[in-house]
Amino acid sequence: MSKLPDPWQAGLAAGWQVTDASRLAQDLQLECDVAIVGTGAGGGMAAELLAQAGLRVVMLEEGALHSSGSFRLNEAEAYPQLYQESANRQTADKGITILQGRTVGGSTTVNWTSSFRTPAGTLGWWRRAHGLQNMSEESMQPWFERAEARLGIAPWETDPNANNAVLARGCEALGLSHGRMRRNVRGCWNLGYCGTGCATNAKQSMLVTTIPAALQAGARLLTRVRVQRLLLAGDRVKGVLAEALQADGVRASGRRVTVKARQVVLSAGAIGTPAILLRSRAPDPYRQLGKRTFLHPVVLSGALFPQRIEGYYGAPQSVYSDHFMHVGAIDGPLGYKLEVPPIHPLIMAATLPGNGAVHQRLMRQMPHLNVTLALLRDGFHPESVGGQVRLRDDGSPLLDYPLGAVEWEAARRALLSMAELQFAAGARAVLPVHEDAGLARSWREARQMIAALPMQIMRTRVVSAHVMGGAAMAADERRGVVDGDGRHWQLRNLTVIDGSLFPTSIGANPQLSVYGFALRQAEALRQRMA
Amino acid sequence: MTLSRRQLLQTGLLGGLTLALAGRLAEVPAAPGFAANVADRQLIMALAPGMLGPLPAGGAAQVAGNVLKAIDGLPLAVQAELRQLFDLLHNPLARRLLAGVAAPWPEAGEQAINAFLQRWRYSRFSLLRSAYQALHCLLGAGWYGAAASWPAIDYRLPAMMKGLL
Ligand SMILES: Cc1cc2nc3c(=O)[nH]c(=O)nc-3n(C[C@H](O)[C@H](O)[C@H](O)COP(=O)(O)OP(=O)(O)OC[C@H]3O[C@@H](n4cnc5c(N)ncnc54)[C@H](O)[C@@H]3O)c2cc1C
Ligand code: SF4
Repeated sequence: MSKLPDPWQAGLAAGWQVTDASRLAQDLQLECDVAIVGTGAGGGMAAELLAQAGLRVVMLEEGALHSSGSFRLNEAEAYPQLYQESANRQTADKGITILQGRTVGGSTTVNWTSSFRTPAGTLGWWRRAHGLQNMSEESMQPWFERAEARLGIAPWETDPNANNAVLARGCEALGLSHGRMRRNVRGCWNLGYCGTGCATNAKQSMLVTTIPAALQAGARLLTRVRVQRLLLAGDRVKGVLAEALQADGVRASGRRVTVKARQVVLSAGAIGTPAILLRSRAPDPYRQLGKRTFLHPVVLSGALFPQRIEGYYGAPQSVYSDHFMHVGAIDGPLGYKLEVPPIHPLIMAATLPGNGAVHQRLMRQMPHLNVTLALLRDGFHPESVGGQVRLRDDGSPLLDYPLGAVEWEAARRALLSMAELQFAAGARAVLPVHEDAGLARSWREARQMIAALPMQIMRTRVVSAHVMGGAAMAADERRGVVDGDGRHWQLRNLTVIDGSLFPTSIGANPQLSVYGFALRQAEALRQRMA
Repeated sequence: MTLSRRQLLQTGLLGGLTLALAGRLAEVPAAPGFAANVADRQLIMALAPGMLGPLPAGGAAQVAGNVLKAIDGLPLAVQAELRQLFDLLHNPLARRLLAGVAAPWPEAGEQAINAFLQRWRYSRFSLLRSAYQALHCLLGAGWYGAAASWPAIDYRLPAMMKGLL
């Protein structure tokens, strides 16, 4: 237990209704107005708004409750506790490793706090190419403002850490536009351990904001409970059926939980929400469900500097460059956003290429290592159709996302841009994160090496922390799964409120997009229920 | 890595032998979890120096313990895939023909282990590359997730948190 204050202790003592389903001695049946599945960015926002409107809300969360008192800045503890598949979820062909949260607060409990509104170009594309006429900056502005006020989203005035400073310096040297991020923090200690759960409660995740507020307003939270399927009756949903998990979070305990509800909200995240609909055999007359799941596939470039970088300390992300987002048309060759990831030993060891003495030497230089990342904007180019969620035999979801020529072309371009930038920032050597790459000592050497790298899965490292789509909003039922309010086209008392309803990737870190749309859609639901 | 019979055949490496092996793998009923055994531990310990470089005394055993613990926390479908991979590596024929390692794992020499790792790392079959990557990830996490590895890489938790955690 940490010695810092943990608001959950007081809340639980004051009688918040929280049930750890792994402890259920028998099956559980509940009734309520709204059942919300998942407690991440979408579910958290919806829960607060609906509970404060006086509706009886039950939240069901597959992960466990872990709060600041148990956050010890330790990757080996945090990944199994707080992430889907211990932070090692993979696409069907193992080509992409996916980070997603699985705990109370979902991915917001472990995310890196970078906050961007949905880019105007993305909203414009949704209007032009997807017919979503009322998705504009003006119509979204009040919802973003409300989310920003709720979560303390504001410019981060502290100097960037050395890892982010590399990106800023490289951009300046090359004349690339770049900017400082906004973050959802209040009183941040600038520690750098957002990814293992914020021990100081500075990060304004759903864990410390909306979920406590919903509980305070009388909502109920069930944890370690995995929703299996919807209870369907014609074109309506009567509730959800879930299995309680054992304390290990892996196996089902055998206890079942049934929640009957007037309205069901699916907020299980991209991959999670389509999986529940697939398991339920929900109507899908136009075969849209689970398709067009996007990842912002990320490629990475390491660089060694003479000075210490210590990319484990300090706000993990504070600088970005959108330069390469805007060099071509939005639906042309994929654009990419440049950022840096935090650098911690476990995830670096797993991510950096090579083995034996070479890998060990690289790990020993970790204090001098900068890593830059490029997230590719997928879902706009006609050939960038994203992935498809399928079910394994045991019903668990699996994302099939084959990388094709358009993604690989962009990956190579991005590796080149990053290497050039890192040398411009003063790197001694650059290492594209690729099994066939070595340390390049000059930009010239790097350029030749990258030009020759085979672009293939499990040679080029590709990762993602942004899962989007799979239950897309659409202007008519033939082109998506839900309407602009998140209402399911065929099941009229079912609403999707999470990242799965984006029709393309966002083209920026998605949390604030999820928050803004969640508020808009939860408010529409509240009005429908009034 | 789903070592399905079809994929093993796709690798086209071993003809009749693969068929026989795949047949045997398919017979094994899907176990509820990984259910680690002594051979698994020995295998990880044998691979650890090759994957991670020289380790201090007791390091390989620690890696093995951490890896098996980590596997236990993965979804059952992933545990079942890893079970297939480990079973394949335990099979003497597969070890010899697919991994190219003649001696049983605990007796295999450094060179043989390194050659095996490189062979799978750069294999033209994505199935074998994915098996290598799974081992890379598990062993890397098993060692560098442990505080014992941190002094050598000059990593420590922020001083500000001393006494608070
Ligand atoms: C490590 C990391 C860093 C990130 N950094 C940033 C960042 O800096 N900025 C940014 O904008 N975005 C970031 N993101 C992404 C951002 O956090 C997500 O896009 C956002 O949280 C998605 O919201 P969501 O509601 O769709 O899903 P999530 O927040 O993922 O919530 C889904 C919840 O549903 C639960 N669930 C799933 N299936 C079931 C089921 N069957 N039954 C019950 N519960 C279920 C899950 O356990 C999870 O808690 C990051 C993500 C990660 C993982
Ligand atoms: S950097 Fe700030 S928000 Fe992130 S974990 Fe540290 S104190 Fe929390």
